Amino acid sequence: MEFGRISRRHLLQGGAALTLGAAAGARPSFAAETTIGFIYVGSRDDYGYNQAHAQGAAALKKIPGLKVVEEEKVPETDAVEKTIESMINLDGATLLFPTSFGYYNPHMVKMANKFPKLHFEHCGGLWSDKDPKNAGSYFGYIDEAQYISGIVAGYTSKSGKLGFVAAKPIPQVLRNINAFALGARLANPKATTQVIFTGDWSMPVKEAEATNSLIDQGVDVLTCHVDGPKTMVENAARRGAMVCGYHVNQSPLAPKAYLTGAEWNWEALYPKFVKMIAAGESIPNFYRGGLKEEIVKTSPYGEAVSAEARKHADDVKAKFFSGDGYAIFKGGLVDNKGKTVIAAGTDRGQKDPELEKMDYLVEGVVGATS
Amino acid sequence: MADGSIGLWTVPLAVLGGAIRVSTPFLFVSLGECITERSGRINLGLEGTLVMGAMSAYGISYLTGSPWLGVLAAGITGALLGALHAGICSLPRVNDIAVGIALMLFGTGLAFYLGKPLIEPTAPRLPAIDFGWWSDIPQVRAALRVNVLFLIGVALAPILYWAFRTTRWGLLIRTAGESSDAARAMGHSVLLIRLRATMVGGFLAGIGGSFLSLFYPGSWNEGLSSGQGITAVALVIFARWDPLLCLWASLAFGGAAALGPALQSVGVTSGYHLFNAAPYILTLAIMIITCSPKRTLTGAPAELSITR
Repeated sequence: MEFGRISRRHLLQGGAALTLGAAAGARPSFAAETTIGFIYVGSRDDYGYNQAHAQGAAALKKIPGLKVVEEEKVPETDAVEKTIESMINLDGATLLFPTSFGYYNPHMVKMANKFPKLHFEHCGGLWSDKDPKNAGSYFGYIDEAQYISGIVAGYTSKSGKLGFVAAKPIPQVLRNINAFALGARLANPKATTQVIFTGDWSMPVKEAEATNSLIDQGVDVLTCHVDGPKTMVENAARRGAMVCGYHVNQSPLAPKAYLTGAEWNWEALYPKFVKMIAAGESIPNFYRGGLKEEIVKTSPYGEAVSAEARKHADDVKAKFFSGDGYAIFKGGLVDNKGKTVIAAGTDRGQKDPELEKMDYLVEGVVGATS
Repeated sequence: MADGSIGLWTVPLAVLGGAIRVSTPFLFVSLGECITERSGRINLGLEGTLVMGAMSAYGISYLTGSPWLGVLAAGITGALLGALHAGICSLPRVNDIAVGIALMLFGTGLAFYLGKPLIEPTAPRLPAIDFGWWSDIPQVRAALRVNVLFLIGVALAPILYWAFRTTRWGLLIRTAGESSDAARAMGHSVLLIRLRATMVGGFLAGIGGSFLSLFYPGSWNEGLSSGQGITAVALVIFARWDPLLCLWASLAFGGAAALGPALQSVGVTSGYHLFNAAPYILTLAIMIITCSPKRTLTGAPAELSITR
């Protein structure tokens, strides 16, 4: 491959200038201009997943001495390898953020092996001991923010029926649905959360239909886990329902209907990463955190959120920030088929790997995973 | 019911609502394609036209503040893309299907490129007419909020049916589609007829796109069409190039698209992947039922490259 050859030559020539990378050792600051590459699977102003990352990239652009290069709509195929190589060879990127789940294996792993002195940070939490040391994977416990959304939704709903428009029944999505439903039950023990799976990450017509069907069923507060929440937020607000956002703050789309939302906080995390590298520290290959670690955050409350809801939500949020932490998934947890999924007495903290295998919907959720 | 829920009635209501909400793009694209194919050409590029229409409608509506100007812009964009298709196809030995595929990729690519800055802003939408005023059930009222474009589409189907049978230009289009020699013998330019038919087809497909971005789902994003344009082209084939059947087929497709989410909302959760795939299963089923190896498709214009 033409690119491969150029890259080695380029690396030999410029190897000394590569300030980033844990292997390079301690360097107090950015000696020369450092280039960081961001790769998005979709459009970076989608009011969703990709926009959240782009906001993180925008925070890096403000730091002097950093140059950010971005490419949008890169499919999860070997196309991402070509993008990574051209960012390295043509732009001189030394730290790369391929932000989509499917970029990791084999694509990013292959690139990390090929460019051992450069740094790769992947969003999704897939790193294992077998993977290259210059690769890392980070992810956030966004279910903590969904739990807060659930509390607010539970107080706000008049019918006690909440709706969740979800893409696919994979553990991360199920965890969000369950956290939202459990939060709602803190506020209203009788609240139910009806889930509709659309089958894929971006299906605007299905998402709109799902939103309408849920509202037809009497649902009056909705949230979602799809790539672009815009469709759900706009269509729900048009029907007079309330919404909780996801990925980023969607309140500009529906200022009156927006209650709160579960947001990524990449604009706090990415500068942190860069500072760690500049200080010569190595970023843990497997980086996780929630509200406390500033990886996720909640949107400011909308005007329709009652004082009671705000107080309860703030109290629980304070527990997440406290030293002991807070377990959403506590023992004695029953799924919606009546089976006990977490035995009484065991609390599964956020870092518990069992939660990553979640394949159930908790009591109070109406719907099924298959 | 006391809690505002209407229980199992959600499903037929959602299918009805879906038939009204989701079917409009199918209807416009299939009627447009019907005109084009009756003149003897297949324009597979209508998927690209649909997406371009959606993008340009949203853009113009956003810039001018008038969604109706957006609809017009979408139609003009569609007509221009149709002219491009017809223009390339009038060159000797050019395959209309290959050109169509190229234009499909061109149209979607161009729309994504030009539509980049339009993903974030919110454009003024088309108004809806409230046909549910007689009902005090909010669900019924919501299902019967109908957009004018849907009504225009519904009216267009019988008009086209009538026009193909009785008007002069309807007969001309059919002549060009059935036998280009006959049309030429009568002193008409087949290429010109097909150019006009493809432009009208593109115009309608563009308007179908404006419905997507300006009414339902009602915003511009790149996943907006997810193949509806190409489905509508297939729909013309099993509607037997008959505008009235295009109408029923579009309604069936719209209803089928609503089936998956509606069944899940009332608790029928097993096999939702199957129900979500309902429109495609419907396509396959109809194709299998109506196809026979023993005869050519009835109603197919003889000049179409798939029947020749």
